[in-house]
Amino acid sequence: MRITCPYCGERDRREFYYQGDAVALDRPDPEAGEAAWDDYIHNRDNPAGVTRDLWYHETGCGAWVVVTRNTVTHEILSCELARGAKEAGA
Amino acid sequence: MRFSGLRVLKEGLTGNKGWQAHWRDATPKDAYDVVIIGGGGHGLSTAYYLAKEHGITNVAVLEKGYLGGGNVGRNTTIVRANYFLPGNSEFYSHSLKLWEGLEEDLNYNVMHSQRGQIGLFHSDAQRDAAIRRGNAIRNQGDDAELLSVADLKRMLPYLDYDQARFPIYGGLLQRRAGTARHDAVAWGYARGASERGVDLIQNCEVTGIDIEGGVVKGVETTRGAIKAKKVAIIVAGRSSQVAQMAGMRLPIESHVLQAFVTEGLKPCIDHVVSFGMGHFYISQSDKGGLVFGGDLDFYASYAARGNLPMVEHVMEAGMTLMPAIGKAKVLRSWGGIMDMTPDGSPIIDKTGVEGLYLDAGWCYGGFKAVPGSGFSMAHLVATDRHHDPAARFRLDRFRTGRGLMDEEGTGMQHNLH
Repeated sequence: MRITCPYCGERDRREFYYQGDAVALDRPDPEAGEAAWDDYIHNRDNPAGVTRDLWYHETGCGAWVVVTRNTVTHEILSCELARGAKEAGA
Repeated sequence: MRFSGLRVLKEGLTGNKGWQAHWRDATPKDAYDVVIIGGGGHGLSTAYYLAKEHGITNVAVLEKGYLGGGNVGRNTTIVRANYFLPGNSEFYSHSLKLWEGLEEDLNYNVMHSQRGQIGLFHSDAQRDAAIRRGNAIRNQGDDAELLSVADLKRMLPYLDYDQARFPIYGGLLQRRAGTARHDAVAWGYARGASERGVDLIQNCEVTGIDIEGGVVKGVETTRGAIKAKKVAIIVAGRSSQVAQMAGMRLPIESHVLQAFVTEGLKPCIDHVVSFGMGHFYISQSDKGGLVFGGDLDFYASYAARGNLPMVEHVMEAGMTLMPAIGKAKVLRSWGGIMDMTPDGSPIIDKTGVEGLYLDAGWCYGGFKAVPGSGFSMAHLVATDRHHDPAARFRLDRFRTGRGLMDEEGTGMQHNLH
């Protein structure tokens, strides 16, 4: 599996740290309440198919990358900077 | 049909023509008392214990593929009860006791082999942790022995003891741990459940769960609607998808765990051996193949196959520990789909829907749990009360923070177990 860092280009998966589902792009308000925070921290859609994860280019440039990926085939569909994805409204 | 030595002899002398199918391939009825979604190890054992322990036999097990075609046929077959934390400790202790009587109970040879499992340690700190774990295991009533390097050299002469980087300081042995023939476990439970009247229905995928006013009424399947008073979701590997049919979002992320087997060799590895400084564990099957595995690939996956970095890591760890196995040729590798929970421990609980029960989140520890999980889940479904050894496997522990069981002590995040 190779991931394309928006700064560094296509790199080996080993250069990246996997953070998990890209839920952090839609973080609840601090006052959103217990149920919303429980859901955010613990529960996952966990799709068998296309998903969005957060990966950290740990041994590269240090960028946080949103990877759109198929969990059934391991095909990588797109990679973008987390900051850009967040500003685009998740 | 019962198995016995006499029967094997008689069949051997008469051309093996008297053997029959081990279970009925049933067609679905309109309604059942209990519908179990998932014909894997846990689903089949739940059906078996519902019938045997609780006399509930109007039960259907719905399997979308063939019986035992999922993780119960894709694991590394290890059976042990060497957990540290309350919650896990008593559950796996109970499960191991069921394993020890399983062949007699099922009248089925599951090739349960208590060959002993040895977890190696490689530093003073790891030795302290192993002693602490060993004491916890003994307090639970199970067996654990601390092995010195001299003990190990006698038992495992093939390890590389004196290497500079990861010298071996000793090991923690559980003699009652070992392996079992994983497919036979599924077949044995299937036969036992079927004999008691449970309908085992293959090629029957659940496509919806019928709920009215917060009460479960049945399931929709590719072979028609089936009414049920109670429905049990026992589909580790696909838990999120099936739970979604009931409007639930689970604390589960699915990951891939790889395993490997070599060509058949003469007996050389007599125990289950785990490396303490990398992710590697190994045993030798009765057919002679070295069966070994490592850690998760560490990204969400349903591919049932992994990537090369973890293959490389596992091979490196194996070569570090026991260089002799480098001469063996790897025949196959595969991946299983793991229901990973935030604390690395499983779930056996009711849900927010009346009559709907959940058995999930087995992470990479599901095989050894097959008897215990079925027993405790059957108890929950039959009585609506938690079975004591599994009473801490609550679904709400993540929300409340009470009773979390983070066996590895790595933290409460999906990507850390």
